[in-house]
Amino acid sequence: MVDRPYLEFERPLVELEKKISDMKDFSVGESIELDSEIASLEKKLARLRKDIYSRLTRWQNVQLSRHPKRPYMLDYVKMITTDFVELHGDRCFADDQAMIGGFAKIDNQPVLVIGQQKGRNTKQKLARNFGMAHPEGYRKALRLFKLAEKFEIPIIVLIDTPGAYPGIGAEERGQAEAIAHNIREMARLRVPIVVVIIGEGASGGALGIGVGDVVMILEYAWYSVISPEGCAAILWRDAAKAPEAAEALRVTSDDLIKLKVVDKVISEPEGGAHRDPTATARLVKKEILAALKELQTKPIEQLLQDRLAKYRSIGEFEER
Amino acid sequence: MEWFKKAKSGIESKEKKNIPEGLWTKCTSCGEIVYSKKMEQLLWVCPNCNFHFRIPSRKYIELILDDGRLDVYDVNLVSKDPLKFKDSKKYPDRIKTAQQKSGALEGVTAGLAAIDGIRVSFAIMDFSFIGGSMGSVVGEKIGRAIERAIENRVPLLIVSSSGGARMQEGILSLMQMAKTSALLAVLAEKRIPYISILTNPTTAGVMASYASLGDVIIAEPKALLGFAGPRVIQQTIGQDLPEGFQSSEFFLEKGFLDKIVERKDLRNTIIKLLRMMWRKSVET
Repeated sequence: MVDRPYLEFERPLVELEKKISDMKDFSVGESIELDSEIASLEKKLARLRKDIYSRLTRWQNVQLSRHPKRPYMLDYVKMITTDFVELHGDRCFADDQAMIGGFAKIDNQPVLVIGQQKGRNTKQKLARNFGMAHPEGYRKALRLFKLAEKFEIPIIVLIDTPGAYPGIGAEERGQAEAIAHNIREMARLRVPIVVVIIGEGASGGALGIGVGDVVMILEYAWYSVISPEGCAAILWRDAAKAPEAAEALRVTSDDLIKLKVVDKVISEPEGGAHRDPTATARLVKKEILAALKELQTKPIEQLLQDRLAKYRSIGEFEER
Repeated sequence: MEWFKKAKSGIESKEKKNIPEGLWTKCTSCGEIVYSKKMEQLLWVCPNCNFHFRIPSRKYIELILDDGRLDVYDVNLVSKDPLKFKDSKKYPDRIKTAQQKSGALEGVTAGLAAIDGIRVSFAIMDFSFIGGSMGSVVGEKIGRAIERAIENRVPLLIVSSSGGARMQEGILSLMQMAKTSALLAVLAEKRIPYISILTNPTTAGVMASYASLGDVIIAEPKALLGFAGPRVIQQTIGQDLPEGFQSSEFFLEKGFLDKIVERKDLRNTIIKLLRMMWRKSVET
């Protein structure tokens, strides 16, 4: 299948793919032998792809995480779980459609899945508020976390957000309070929590559902204290300096593993998750199951102690 | 008509602006000009509009704690540069400048003290130190202040003022929100009180972690409080923000503050609360 190029650095690949596909179409109808030509082009394509994706800048990495075809939270739910029952509302104000949660089965085991959902088309994007949750979204998440705890069901979190929504309503309803409470409560939930950052992991909006026993990240996802654009607007006074900010902030999966903020990187197919969502989901599922299996052997008190110790120890400083 | 022309320009306005440094203070909120010595007596609160000026940590320590005394801990904690961060300035240079300006190694002062004889673990943030931003050291010092409260079984007081997490330490700064909040969960399990005091401004990462997690949350009047900064919100929604948006008064009205307390009443309010919330202090 040939795609329209979405990212600038994808263009040579997409052009080459088109050429190959044209040649294939052409050779079907005619008796001309193009096989060797096609084979050599395909080799070239593979080389080019490897070359481009092995040298991505951090900003290109961020762009890749925002690819419009990238699998979203619900895509993973569909691909890795069965029997998903979505549960709505925070019981206080509203149902935030940017934050989705519910019970599901993974490998026949009940879990609570929760995460931000983005929309594909304009209508969905607006309904999902571009994956930016309001306080009621974080409160819905907390309500469901507590349900999971009550019935001793492990929690799977799939993070994909450009940030918690910064708006008037969000402030009026206590965005900061909602996120702070989630972080505190998640630190003590008496069930295993597995977190996977599947796309964008921006700031408090991500951490507000992101405290876990095992935190994993997809290869081309990112996680940062602030979005590159936000950082550029503040420190460079120019949002267009986002590429510089992405470099400075060290937002990639590679950086995060070095900084010991994530436990594992889940590799993606060459060119990103959108090039083979099924294969990506298979790996995500495998890693979630492996993490769950290990966590479930731990007594709860041990689990809580380890979770606290993990977050207690993050940070780099010198004691003179 | 050459001789009608002004020989110099701008004479009138210049003289008015050049108030001798320190003798008079102009209120940044209402523009009232007050004799600085009078401001000192008023604890740097504008007599006209009640705006609370930013004051150094030392002043709060004098104002709130018995004999203005704090036995400080962890003064030797210094930030590293884990990201080798550079924008217009290198991060280590920023730190150096802040250290020289403030005379402290980092943006939090913490230790043990007493309030009306009640022992407390106390921590205060310094906004002048890179905008009161929270990096690894700030998170660690707040974390240790929480642990001191747990170990000594004494109430916790934190005076916050911060623009949020420190971008120059990237994701490690974000993780300080988790560190401090997780430790506060343990404090809460031990049923030890925590009073969070918000001063101008307290926003973003600090507001979305320990500042919002007090058993009682108090703010000084007219402080800027919120999750996102007003400029970010304005850019996002593309319209002007309502009057008084994200002020202490707004927060109180929306139900996210227990009380607005004037600076001069902070100490007494804290004492009253602790005397009722912390009866176990009688044992110690």
